[in-house]
Amino acid sequence: MTEEIRIGVYICHCGSNIAGTVDVEEVARWAGHLTNVISSRDYKFMCSSLGQEMIEKDIKEKGVNRVVVASCTPHLHELTYRNALARAGLNPYFFEMANIREQVSWVTTDRVEATKKAEALVAAAVSRVAWHEALEPLFVPIDPNVLIVGGGVAGIQAALEIADAGNHVYMVEREPSIGGHMAQLDKTFPTLDCSACILTPKMFNVGNHKNVTLMTWSEVEKVDGYIGNFTVTIRKRARYVDTGLCTGCGVCEEKCPKKVVDDVFEAGVGHRKVVYRPFPQAVPNYPVIDRPNCTFFQKGTCKACEKFCPTGAIKFDQQDEVLTVKVGNIILATGWDLFDARRIPQYGYGRIRNVFSSMEFERLSNAAGPTGGKIVMRDGVSVPKSVGIIHCVGSRDKHYNNYCSAICCMQSLKFAHLVHEKTGAQVHNFYIDIRTPAKAYDEFYQRVLDEGTIFIRGKVAEISDSPRTAEEEGKIIVQVDDSLAGRQRRIPLDMVVLSAGLEPRHDAKEVAIKFGISCSADRWFMEKHPKLDPVATMTDGVFVAGVCVGPKDIPASVAQGSAAAARVLSIIGQKEIQIDAATAIVNEESCVGCKECIPSCPYQAIEFLEDKRKAYVREALCKGCGTCVGTCLSKSISLRHFTDDQLVAEMIGAMTAMKMFEQAQTEVA
Amino acid sequence: MNYTYFPGCSLEKNAACYDASTRAVAAQLGMQLTEVEDWNCCGATEYVSLNLTAAYSLIARNLAQASKNTSTHELVAPCSACYLNLRKCDKVLGQDPKFAGRVVQALAAGGLSYKPGTLHIRHLLDVLYQDVGLEALAAKVTKPLRGLRVAPYYGCMIVRPEFHDGGEDPEAPTSLDEILKALGADVVDYPLKAACCGGHMTQISEATGFDMIHRLVKSAADLNADLIATLCPMCQLNLDGFQGAMNRHFGSHFHMPVLYFTQLIGLAMGMSMREMGIGEEIVDARAALSRIGSEMAAEAAEPKRPRKDDKALPMPAPLKRA
Repeated sequence: MTEEIRIGVYICHCGSNIAGTVDVEEVARWAGHLTNVISSRDYKFMCSSLGQEMIEKDIKEKGVNRVVVASCTPHLHELTYRNALARAGLNPYFFEMANIREQVSWVTTDRVEATKKAEALVAAAVSRVAWHEALEPLFVPIDPNVLIVGGGVAGIQAALEIADAGNHVYMVEREPSIGGHMAQLDKTFPTLDCSACILTPKMFNVGNHKNVTLMTWSEVEKVDGYIGNFTVTIRKRARYVDTGLCTGCGVCEEKCPKKVVDDVFEAGVGHRKVVYRPFPQAVPNYPVIDRPNCTFFQKGTCKACEKFCPTGAIKFDQQDEVLTVKVGNIILATGWDLFDARRIPQYGYGRIRNVFSSMEFERLSNAAGPTGGKIVMRDGVSVPKSVGIIHCVGSRDKHYNNYCSAICCMQSLKFAHLVHEKTGAQVHNFYIDIRTPAKAYDEFYQRVLDEGTIFIRGKVAEISDSPRTAEEEGKIIVQVDDSLAGRQRRIPLDMVVLSAGLEPRHDAKEVAIKFGISCSADRWFMEKHPKLDPVATMTDGVFVAGVCVGPKDIPASVAQGSAAAARVLSIIGQKEIQIDAATAIVNEESCVGCKECIPSCPYQAIEFLEDKRKAYVREALCKGCGTCVGTCLSKSISLRHFTDDQLVAEMIGAMTAMKMFEQAQTEVA
Repeated sequence: MNYTYFPGCSLEKNAACYDASTRAVAAQLGMQLTEVEDWNCCGATEYVSLNLTAAYSLIARNLAQASKNTSTHELVAPCSACYLNLRKCDKVLGQDPKFAGRVVQALAAGGLSYKPGTLHIRHLLDVLYQDVGLEALAAKVTKPLRGLRVAPYYGCMIVRPEFHDGGEDPEAPTSLDEILKALGADVVDYPLKAACCGGHMTQISEATGFDMIHRLVKSAADLNADLIATLCPMCQLNLDGFQGAMNRHFGSHFHMPVLYFTQLIGLAMGMSMREMGIGEEIVDARAALSRIGSEMAAEAAEPKRPRKDDKALPMPAPLKRA
C-alpha cells in the first residue's frame, strides 16, 4: 500500500430506525478520530440521492479513497453505495458496510450499549477497508432460455409472455396436463365467467407455441449453475404412451375396463380410467397409464388399451427419460395444496356423508364434472333444500394455519350464489369476517345478500350428525357460536360445504432447497422483498409467481406471472450479467497440486491444470463461499475481498474499540 | 407389567364391578396391580373449584403414598376424574413452584413428600391400549362379542388435552373403538363419544342434566347400539342410574344398558357375567348381551360392488393419523 489511505465514514439515521436507538451524531464524532479517517458525517437517509451525493462530493473534493457506510444490511444497499463510488471514479470494492440497523438498533433497546456496539462495528469496518483491493467485476453471457416449473395459470401466463417475446421456454408440470387448479373450477368470482372457457385457450397456446417445450408428467430433479447459466436435470416419467404416435382419440380410455377414484382432478368426488387424461381439454392431449392401478402392470394380463389403440401408441416397456436443459432464468409457479379438512374431526369431513370440501363442490357444480353440473348430495341424486357454507376452514386458526387464505370469502359467496341459482336451496354462510377488498368484490357480496343468503357471524364449533330434536332428524347440524346474536345456535341442514384454505405444496421445502431459495415459517416460498420485489428471490435468476408465494386469487396470480416474465425479459435484454468479483484465486507459486480443493468445491468451479500441475478456479462458476480456502493445505487459495489480512484487520478494529470502552470504564470507576 | 393401582372411591361402591372386572382382566393379561396404601378421595370434580390448596394437597397426598411403591413409576387409575386430578396435580406442582410450596408444606405436616414428575400417571384405557396392545388383547379373546353393537363412550375428562401423551385426537379418539373391535364387537360410529355426560349436573339443574343424558342415550339408540361401553364411573352413573328419571322427564322409553369396557373385555375372555358384576347395573344388560353370537351379518353385509346404476359419489377415505 503505497497510496495514502483516506477514509470517509457515513452514519445513517434511517429516519428514526437507527437514530431512535443509536446516538448517531456521537458515533460520527467518535469515528472521526479513528486512524486514516479524514471525513465522518451523519445524515438522515444516506441511501437518498442527497446522501449519495455527499459521499461522491467527498471523494471528488476531499480525496476520500475508501468509504465506510454504517446503515442497514448489505442485502439492501451495498450495491447502491458501490454504484455511488463508481460514479465518483473510485473502484466500487473500496467500500465496506457496517450493519447498525438489523444488527444493532432493531435488536438492542439500551441506547448506551447500542451506541457502543455501533461504534465497534464502524471501527471494524474502518480497519478492514484500509486493506481493500480494487477488483474488477466479471461479465458472463445470459442464456436466453427460461425454465418455468408449474403449469397453472401463473406459469402459463409467464410462459406465454416470455415465448411471445421470442425466447424459448421449457415448462415442467408434474401432472399429465397443464391447467392447474383453475382447470378444476366451475365459475370464477366475481364475474362468474366459466373458468375453463377463459383458461383453455391459454393452455392451447402454450401447448402449440413454437417457443415452448412442454414437459408434463415430469419433475425437476437437479439444478446447477447460477443466473444466466443454469443446467437443469428433468425426469420425464414414463407415460407408457408414445406421444409421437398418439392422436389423442381417447379410444384407450373408453376401452380401459378399470375405473378408480380420481383424487387429483376430480378431488375424490369422481372417477377416471386407469389410462386417462384428467379432462377432455387436457394439454397435451396424450393420456398416461397410472401404473400402480393398471391391471397389466399388476397381473400381466389385460392390454385392452394396446389392443384397441388404432395407431399402436401404447408402449408398456417405456422407461423414464432423464434430460438436461440449459436456461438463464427460472420461474417457480408450483401452486398450492388444499387444506385437508379431515384434520378437523369435529367438522365431520370424511365421516358425515353430506359434508363436502370446497374442491368437491367445484367439481359437483362444474358442467364437466361427475354430476354434469348438478348440485346433489352424496347419493348422487337428491337435491339439497338447505346448504351451509363454512368459511375459514383451516385458515385463521392457530391449530392449523394462522394466515388468511385470501380466496375463501369470495369463493364461499360464489358457492352461495351457485346453490341459489341451481337448486333454490336456502343457504347459510358461516363466517368470521367477510373480506372482499378487490375490484367488484364487495358488489358481489351485496348481490349474494340480496339473493337471500343468511349470514351467520361466528366460528362453527361442530358439525354433527346426532339430532336432538324432531326438526334435526336426518339432518346435519351446524353448531355455531353466533357472535352477533350472542348465543349458541344449532342449524339443521341437508348439506355442508367446507371452504378449506390454501396450503403450501406438501413438498414445498424440498423444492425450495432444490432451487436454492427459502421458505417462510408457514412454508410459502420467500420473495426477495414482500413489497418492492415480490416475484424475485434471494437467489438471482430464480423467480416465483402465484400461490406458491402465498394465498392469492386468479387475477393476482396472473399479475405475478406477468411480473415474473417482465423481470426475466429485462435480464435477458441485458445480454450479459455482472458477477461478484469476490471469488477465490490460487497462488500458483505455492500451490503444490495436491488436488484436495477440487472435491471440496460445491460448485465444481476448480479444475486442475495438468501442464502446470496447479489448481485453477473458474471465476464464472465460483460463488465465493470460501470452502476451498479452508481446505487448502498449503494456504495457497485466497478469497478476494475476504483475505486473511482483511478479516484480521476487521477483528482488530472491533477488539481495539472494545478495549477502549473497557479502559474508559475502568478510568471512570 | 407392574403398576401402582389407584381405584378411587367410586370403585369401592357404585362402580365395584369396574374394580372387580379391572382386577380380573389385569390378572389374565399379566398385569400386576399394587393398590396405593391408605389412599384417600381425589376430590372429584368439585373440590378444586372450592379451595385449590386444600384440594391439591388432598390429591398430592395420594401421589406421595403412591410413590412409596418404588418398584414402578407407573400409576394407573380406572376412574377418569381420579386420572385427571392426579395428572393435573402432578403437572401444576411441577410448573408453579410458589403454589407447590404450600402443598409441600401441607404434605410435610403429615410427614409426606412428593417430587413432581416422579410418577407417570395413566388411565386404564391408555395402559390397555399402549402397554398391553390390541394384539395381546385379541389373543386372549375366547368368546368374541360378535353381533353386539357397542357405542364407545370416552366422556370428556380423559381425552383432552394430552391423552396417550398427545397421540389421540381430543375430538375424535379411537383407542376404545379399536379395543372393542379387537374383542369382536360391532362398534358403531358414535358421534358423541367425547361429549360430556353432565357430571353432577343432575344435582344442580335437573333439566339440564337430563338433557345431556338424553342426547347421549338417544344418539346411541338412533344408531341401533345394543349398549354403551364406558370407562368412567361418573358417566356410568349418569347414563345408567339416571336413565329412568330421564325417561320420565322426557316421556321416553329408552333401555340402553351402560357397561364398563373392562366388563366387556372379561366377557370376551370367557369370564362369566357374575364374575364381571353384570346384573348390578340398573338398566339390565343381560338381554342385550344375549345378542352376542347372533347372526346379524346379513343385515350388516352391504353389496361390495356398487351396482352399475349406482350414482352415489365416492367418500373421502378416513384420515390416517401419523
